Amino acid sequence: MSTFELDRRALLGIGAAACAVPLTAAAAQFTGAGMAWQPNTAAWPTAVDLRAGYMFFTPDEAAFIEAACARIVPADATGPGAVEAGVPLFLDRQLAGDYGKGARWYMQGPFGKSTGTQGYQSRHPPAGLYRAAIRAIGDHLGRNGGQPFHKLSAADQDAFLKDLEAGKADLGGDVDAKAYFTLLLQNVMEGYFADPLYGGNRGLAAWKMIGFSGARYDQRAYVLAYGKPYPLPPVGIGGRPAWSAKG
Amino acid sequence: MATRLPAVDAVLIGFGWTGAIMAQELTEAGLNVLALERGEWRDTPTDFAPTFAQDELRYYWRHELFQRLNHDTLTIRNKASETALPMRRLGSFLLGSGVGGAGVHWNGQVWRFLPSDLKARSHNLERYGKKAVPDDMTIQDYGVSYEDLEPYYDKFEYLCGVSGKAGNLKGVIQAGGDPFEGPRAREYPNPPLDMPYAPTLFGQAAAGLGRHPFPHPAANMSRPYTNPLGVQLGACTYCGFCEKYACGNYSKASAQTTILPVLMRKKNFTLKTNSEVVKINLSADGKTATGVTYIDDKGQEFEQPAELVVLSAYILHNVRLLLLSGIGKPYDPATGEGVVGRNYAYQITSSVNVFFDDKILNPFVGAGALGTIVNDFNGDNFDHSGLGFIGGGYVGLLQTGARPIETHNTPDGVPKWGAAWKAALARDYLKTTTISTHGAVMSHRGNYLDLDPTYKDALGRPLLRMTFDFTDNEHKMSDYLTDRAAEIGRAMGGREIKVNYRKGSWDVVPYQTTHNTGGAIMGDDPRTSFTNRYLQSWDVPNLFVLGATAFPQNAGYNPTGTVAALAYHAADAIKTRYLKAPHQSLVQA
Repeated sequence: MSTFELDRRALLGIGAAACAVPLTAAAAQFTGAGMAWQPNTAAWPTAVDLRAGYMFFTPDEAAFIEAACARIVPADATGPGAVEAGVPLFLDRQLAGDYGKGARWYMQGPFGKSTGTQGYQSRHPPAGLYRAAIRAIGDHLGRNGGQPFHKLSAADQDAFLKDLEAGKADLGGDVDAKAYFTLLLQNVMEGYFADPLYGGNRGLAAWKMIGFSGARYDQRAYVLAYGKPYPLPPVGIGGRPAWSAKG
Repeated sequence: MATRLPAVDAVLIGFGWTGAIMAQELTEAGLNVLALERGEWRDTPTDFAPTFAQDELRYYWRHELFQRLNHDTLTIRNKASETALPMRRLGSFLLGSGVGGAGVHWNGQVWRFLPSDLKARSHNLERYGKKAVPDDMTIQDYGVSYEDLEPYYDKFEYLCGVSGKAGNLKGVIQAGGDPFEGPRAREYPNPPLDMPYAPTLFGQAAAGLGRHPFPHPAANMSRPYTNPLGVQLGACTYCGFCEKYACGNYSKASAQTTILPVLMRKKNFTLKTNSEVVKINLSADGKTATGVTYIDDKGQEFEQPAELVVLSAYILHNVRLLLLSGIGKPYDPATGEGVVGRNYAYQITSSVNVFFDDKILNPFVGAGALGTIVNDFNGDNFDHSGLGFIGGGYVGLLQTGARPIETHNTPDGVPKWGAAWKAALARDYLKTTTISTHGAVMSHRGNYLDLDPTYKDALGRPLLRMTFDFTDNEHKMSDYLTDRAAEIGRAMGGREIKVNYRKGSWDVVPYQTTHNTGGAIMGDDPRTSFTNRYLQSWDVPNLFVLGATAFPQNAGYNPTGTVAALAYHAADAIKTRYLKAPHQSLVQA
């Protein structure tokens, strides 16, 4: 007895999606072929191209993002800030791509309110949530007669971000302030500490600041070196600045 | 219309660890075996080459190694009175996808359950009396004993080249190993990994408190190794991208690095990738599986007849496919009747951070199962009298590689962002380590799996619905374990510690463990179990259901060793008994 019927339109959708993926991702049959290796099929990462400037953020959105980044990871004697490390452009490229679309997330409705333990329940994928939240933040500050976020003093910016974090700022509509801040904070940390391929952690500065070794292959020599500083500077998947003539 | 294909002797649904183990065993017995995997072909040195595998953003945070939830997910809630909502992105557990399954991104933590774990109900009743097991705690015995499984645990450990130190050889306790483990027939195939500074400090502190520290058994190679199938693995290089990542260096055991180089050469084995089974087909009387229906990624539908059907996907998919196929009686929490979806369980974790001022620990030097463990408070290794709970877990210090997006341990009172956060992280990153606890979850009447009434997957099928919360037993047990971890943390002599208890209801957001269990459990009574002791369906004798799906409740150990041992145990029964009398139950109910 069949307890369900497959959705025929959904099946056609799968076929369409398959056209866009590389050869190794297509249905394949293997019999007696061994480990089925083919040349040039390795899935290398793709470095983002930053030359075009912002592709996702509008100028108003960029002003908010740059100001918020500068408070979440400020520039100081400890190390570079998120802005200096390139995090705003990292965020821009993430939101312009598959991540921003929530391509791997389950985004079908209906949309309900989380009990608090059911995780992300916004109807917006990340890009849509940024767009809606930054607009709502501007409206919220404007309604209260204040300046846009990026024109506030650092202390007032911190206070407002703390209100978002605590869910105290009511942004209205379908924007959950706490959910947005949680996502923003996570994404800023991703950009600050990810491999520089993705636009943040410029010059490996965040890894240098904490002492992370980077994309290393062989660390056997350091397992038993108890208490000794790791002697090498960090390295990214694409090498490190000193390897390039341009620095 | 589905295209009907020529029949095969056995069809496997899902091609991770259990699928590969079963395929290897059944092809050795001469069967013509077909494995259907809904994900992609993956070959570790090509797809996860050591030149680019150390990519925290891509593989972990952007989930490239894991199941695509836009295709299908599950819905979640803590109790039946709530409305379940979809898990829209991954968090608490990391479902696998593709050849090798979640066994590609596992740590390589290989454990045996305790002899008493396998008879949790009868053991606890006998030692602590009826009050120790409340009516709504639905724990059961597995129906197999530790002695039954020992040869199969051994077989998996040698397949994987586990690095470790035996603590109990044929009943004789061995210095340097785990004195609480069940007796093993022989030593691990490889010596322990080199132990870094932080787990060494943990071991010294634990020993000073009278505990029994030993190196974690690891499917990460401490030296080059050739397994019994003739497949070679290479020494681990401690790159720190093992836990939640894939290894392209042949240093972590997975289906690809231990079985597939042999299996994939066999003429009587076929693998089809991007082929998703949507239904197990039954005969008109419902007592025989006639094969499966699957679709490929072009949306073409195929009917694949088979003499033997083996369900070898992840536990959540196994349970869902049984429900979607109308096999077995769905569990009803109101009456306690029904078996499919019954006794879903999980694990409960907590941690203690230890901050030093004077010790550089280089936490980024790591491997997936590299660390020091104490089992003094696991299972029933300690007297539970008067504690108000049963079960336990291990306390350990694992140095898996402090990936910098994920590893932001800061002391109590430090905010999560801003200048103060930044200063604390820069000061403490190299000098901080974390003790973790890994606790059992017992099965309870209100924790179960069924089909969601509202949400559908990309094919229009109902999602699985998970109703789960930690109960009083779990919280008391976890708090007790966490206090024991804090004692060791304090004894390590750092500047300060931070104790992270697991409080409140189960939350899908923070990563905890990918150790979901139950839903089609094994046992000796068809009214309370879906399979017999050989993972054979009571109702449909030519259907076997592998994986942690079979666990009547969870233990305080990582499950893969027991998952693999149960698969080998089932395979042996199929080869030596079932094939001589196909379609017959191996156990009379």
